[in-house]
Amino acid sequence: MNHSNVTTHRRRRPRLVGALALTAALAVVGPMACTAKAADTKSTTVAKGSLEGTVSIDGSSTVFPLAEAAAELFQRDQKGVRVTVGESGTGGGFKKFCAGETDISNASRPIAADEIAACTAKGVTYRQFIVANDGIAIVVNPSNKVSCITVAQLKKVWDRGSTVKNWKDIDPKFAKLDLKLFGAGTASGTFDFFTQAVNGKAKQSRSDYNATEDDNVTVNGVAGTKGGLGYFGLSYAELNATKVKLLGVDSGNGKCVVPSTKTVQDGTYAPLSRPLFVYVSAKAIKRPEVLGFVEFQLANLDTLAKRALFVPLTAKQKVASAAALAELKKLG
Amino acid sequence: MSSSTTAADLKTLDLDAIAHRRARPGEMVAKGLLFACASVSVITTIGIIVSLLRPAIEFFSKVSLWKYLSGTDWSPLFQPAGYGVRPLLVGSLVITFIALIVAVPLGLGAAIYLSEYAGERSRRILKPLLELLAGIPTVVYGFFALTFVTPSILQRYWFWGQKPDIYNALAAGLVMGIMILPTVASLGEDAMGAVPRALRSGSLALGANRFQTTIKVVLPAALSGLVAAFVLAVSRAVGETMIVTIAAGGQPNLTLDARQGMQTMTSFIASAGMGDLPQGSNEYRTIFAVGITLFVITLVLNIGSARLVRRFREVYE
Repeated sequence: MNHSNVTTHRRRRPRLVGALALTAALAVVGPMACTAKAADTKSTTVAKGSLEGTVSIDGSSTVFPLAEAAAELFQRDQKGVRVTVGESGTGGGFKKFCAGETDISNASRPIAADEIAACTAKGVTYRQFIVANDGIAIVVNPSNKVSCITVAQLKKVWDRGSTVKNWKDIDPKFAKLDLKLFGAGTASGTFDFFTQAVNGKAKQSRSDYNATEDDNVTVNGVAGTKGGLGYFGLSYAELNATKVKLLGVDSGNGKCVVPSTKTVQDGTYAPLSRPLFVYVSAKAIKRPEVLGFVEFQLANLDTLAKRALFVPLTAKQKVASAAALAELKKLG
Repeated sequence: MSSSTTAADLKTLDLDAIAHRRARPGEMVAKGLLFACASVSVITTIGIIVSLLRPAIEFFSKVSLWKYLSGTDWSPLFQPAGYGVRPLLVGSLVITFIALIVAVPLGLGAAIYLSEYAGERSRRILKPLLELLAGIPTVVYGFFALTFVTPSILQRYWFWGQKPDIYNALAAGLVMGIMILPTVASLGEDAMGAVPRALRSGSLALGANRFQTTIKVVLPAALSGLVAAFVLAVSRAVGETMIVTIAAGGQPNLTLDARQGMQTMTSFIASAGMGDLPQGSNEYRTIFAVGITLFVITLVLNIGSARLVRRFREVYE
């Protein structure tokens, strides 16, 4: 199902006054409407207002805020273009994309073998672009002496059926302290990614924790609970660096890596970091409005990543994306 | 009978007959418009019931009503899902109970003071101030509970056993009590103000003092109005969303310990509705199932209160 781009669905973007979101939802206010400051976007070679048509995007709900931000800013320049952004999930998005129903597919993982086969069968050719990097931070109360946690320990805490209720049960070396858990709501991409990376299966999680779509609830909870433990997107953790403490994560090799723009970009912050993708069809790129949109998105990746609270691309990733666009144009 | 019209004659004039004698076109339009105004709320209510019913029925065709009412695990958005609504129900009741403990005695006290004791001057100042409380948005109350009441009062001055968590039912209930206090006070004062002066004068003339008069004469006479105020307070407390969503956390928790966080029916609806549940999924329908549960509770309360009011009503001619 295709939501229009004015949908009020929001995922990773924190709701600073999360509660107000309800009221805002009633008024059908676009999530971006509250940022009054005009974004400084780089315009591309195409003249403003010269394009017309529709760009249809679907796919990962994690990438949704990014695509939505791109759509909104692009439509500000090109009033004649309607960009619809859906969020059927990465798999659902590819299903439509390979059937030729959408122009662009958002994905929080690379395209899978069976999806490639489906695309080939329908004669849909495409190229992959990395548009942002995503990292999930593990946070604790600033008074907590713990500074590093292993993935195995995280699994012990968060896996389905877990009954761990005290920090001492995580590791006998930790101080005795009641453990209170705060985490992502089940509808969020953060939840899917975290459960996949930590528990080995998406959506597999214990349920007796304070689950919320509003990251600010987690921040307040962890900041106000000595034994609090929570997780959410890295950018939001950095915005709240004074209220919560970032934990380093040891993926099992004995090295404790603290999440940062650098460690997320180079992938050493494992397994809780990953690149995010969009896939663009070669047939669609021939339409000037699709080309205009993709060029716009690539030219403004840093701005968009910042707005959607992701980690921006490395210089190398950017070069790769530019090269992919050049290739794609030739394909068409 | 004299030819001049007396007050008694005026009273016997059938005003309805005059009003209906000849309807002019302009009047018809006005009547139609006013009828439309009155029907908006009725139509809205019917619309809400209809929109609640369908998804709720679909939900209960998948999950048995018995399982829903008797289960103790509420995790409908997880795999495997738990559909026992009791944690939410208990959460709502615990917080409502705390709110009433605050609002009823304080509200009744304020009402008695305003109606029976306060001079004209102090009433003129106090009543608007009290009603100002009713004008504060509930989201403000919510953050007041979370950022002030919990850390600066409850957690700081807690003297017995474990301190309350950052998200706890107690703060939400206390602040909600403050929120509905003006409702109780204002309606209570109206009810007591409507008791005829003659009753008080009679009581005072018999030698009762002011307090005795209030307790033994005015309160029983105003009972129906006070019951209505109480029921409205309960309805508001059960239906309150913002305060509990912000201050009581989002974890379904089957406990009577108000120091812990709890999720209420309303805060479940709010938080699940803000997420991106795919329409038509069973997860999505749980919102409506909880919604209709809430609706039934409020309906029963209102019907019950209508009965109580009729039963206790004392009519003074």
